[in-house]
Amino acid sequence: MSDLTKLTLKAAVDGLKNKDFSSREITQAFLDRIETVNKDLNAYIVVTGEKALGMADQSDARIAKGEGGRLEGAPLGIKDLFCTQGIKSTACSAILGDFAPPYESTVTQNLWDQGAVMLGKLNMDEFAMGSSNETSHYGPVVNPWKRNDGANTKLTPGGSSGGSATAVASDMCLAATASDTGGSIRQPAAFTGMVGIKPTYGRASRYGMIAFASSLDQAGPIAKTVEDAALMTEIMCSADDKDSTSLHIPVPNWTKDVGAGVKGMKIGVPREYRVDGMPAEIEKLWEQGVAWLKEAGAEIVDVSLPHTKYALPAYYIVAPAEASSNLARYDGMRYGDRHTSGDLIETYETTRADGFGTEVQRRLMIGAYVLSAGYYDAYYLQAQKVRKRIAMDFDEVFSTCDALLTPTCPSAAFGFGEKAGNPVEMYLNDIFTVTANLAGLPAISVPAALDTQGLPLGLQVIGKALDEASCFKVGGVLEKAAAFSHKPTL
Amino acid sequence: MSVDKDTVRKVARLSRIKLPEERVEPMTEELNSILGWIEQLAEVDVEGIEPMTSAVELSMPMREDVVTDGNIQDKILANAPRSEDGFFVVPKVVE
Repeated sequence: MSDLTKLTLKAAVDGLKNKDFSSREITQAFLDRIETVNKDLNAYIVVTGEKALGMADQSDARIAKGEGGRLEGAPLGIKDLFCTQGIKSTACSAILGDFAPPYESTVTQNLWDQGAVMLGKLNMDEFAMGSSNETSHYGPVVNPWKRNDGANTKLTPGGSSGGSATAVASDMCLAATASDTGGSIRQPAAFTGMVGIKPTYGRASRYGMIAFASSLDQAGPIAKTVEDAALMTEIMCSADDKDSTSLHIPVPNWTKDVGAGVKGMKIGVPREYRVDGMPAEIEKLWEQGVAWLKEAGAEIVDVSLPHTKYALPAYYIVAPAEASSNLARYDGMRYGDRHTSGDLIETYETTRADGFGTEVQRRLMIGAYVLSAGYYDAYYLQAQKVRKRIAMDFDEVFSTCDALLTPTCPSAAFGFGEKAGNPVEMYLNDIFTVTANLAGLPAISVPAALDTQGLPLGLQVIGKALDEASCFKVGGVLEKAAAFSHKPTL
Repeated sequence: MSVDKDTVRKVARLSRIKLPEERVEPMTEELNSILGWIEQLAEVDVEGIEPMTSAVELSMPMREDVVTDGNIQDKILANAPRSEDGFFVVPKVVE
């Protein structure tokens, strides 16, 4: 039998349904694959082999009876940000110790309800704070892609969902859950030649997702194809009473949008995304994307989002402020690690100094500062007003077009340590992705080409609120036109 | 606006993060490089703009005021660093 780990999610689900192979066979194939390649790539921090085979046997029994859900028997990887009942879930932070949640996140429960099989928990930046996976307590994930210069430099898969991206790109799962606060699904997807989508804020429940910045956090998948991403998104999203910001609206059938084409659609090209220092080949790829959409019958319009350059600075006030509030719960009293020292306050301070990594500490302090007395108006309130301005920019352009086309990132994957010296330089990685989080909009990244170094580059489609359908339509056309079939050599 | 070392010590205290004295100077520099970059927000004209509080307009959903969960003491204590007789054990809070 051909290598089952190389199948798309859709092909695997169809093959399982047709009994071409069993869930136990494909699950075992993935466990073997993980055994072989994970030690070099560090994508999984927990492998739940026994649980996976148990779930696979149950799926096989259901399939034998002609029953089963939409993902019956399909092995998936789960970002460590999602709480999984009885299985260590720490957002890759030391402060959570060996925390094993007594409950299941809604997003993962939705996947199990449709018969999916869990292979394990995927590495990520600590509390999703990072763009290179270098802030994980469990060490960085390695990108399966290498530059073609023969130097064998280890590259980052991006972050924070670096484990999810590497696991899918190196055939260690059919698809993976991920989460996106400022670009954490789309940037790693772009860096590894995968598809990633952040749905509209409120589409996927945040219940059981370890919180970073609650007004920005949104779950989504990383997958091999646009169709796989649509299938995963349909199942991950749901109305949920356990999340007060969950949208109580039906989840559309997005898989049918993937091949619907873009004839008659108006696609905006925002001129402010042409930033200084952007490599010429990314600019060229963007123009290529425009040409592909024109050929497919879309009309291209030049649009302006004048407050784009303020999105990242606004994000670096809003996100740390929300994080400083959310992460106040890690006090070493009710769960996680406690490092006792002196009195209660000193125990808190030691627990948090030992438990949080450098980047998390930096952001918590920024958050505490911008929320502190005397600075609230100048920083936090100003940032929330700028955020509104950015959202208004989008409202205005969406009166003249249906979706926007941009590059996903200002560069291809970079080497470890290359941007670790300067926090601001690292933050600039999210320059094209963060705007969709601030405005709550859906956005997809689709692999479009290799650069001259042999590394994947992605194009991003940003849609109107609740219009994931346009992201999938445009994404489907880009995927077909680009015919990106390159694979990393492992 | 930039922060000095005393402010950094104060913010560390507010964040309940022990900051060793040798980390104060580098942390001050790191925070100032970030704050200096954030500063550009001040130039945006926000006259008459309401601060954004939610990404998607929605009214807070209401539910029946009934107990839907509970009697799960074991689950709640399962991950506690220290517990005894159904209680969390914490350092002395009141002298």
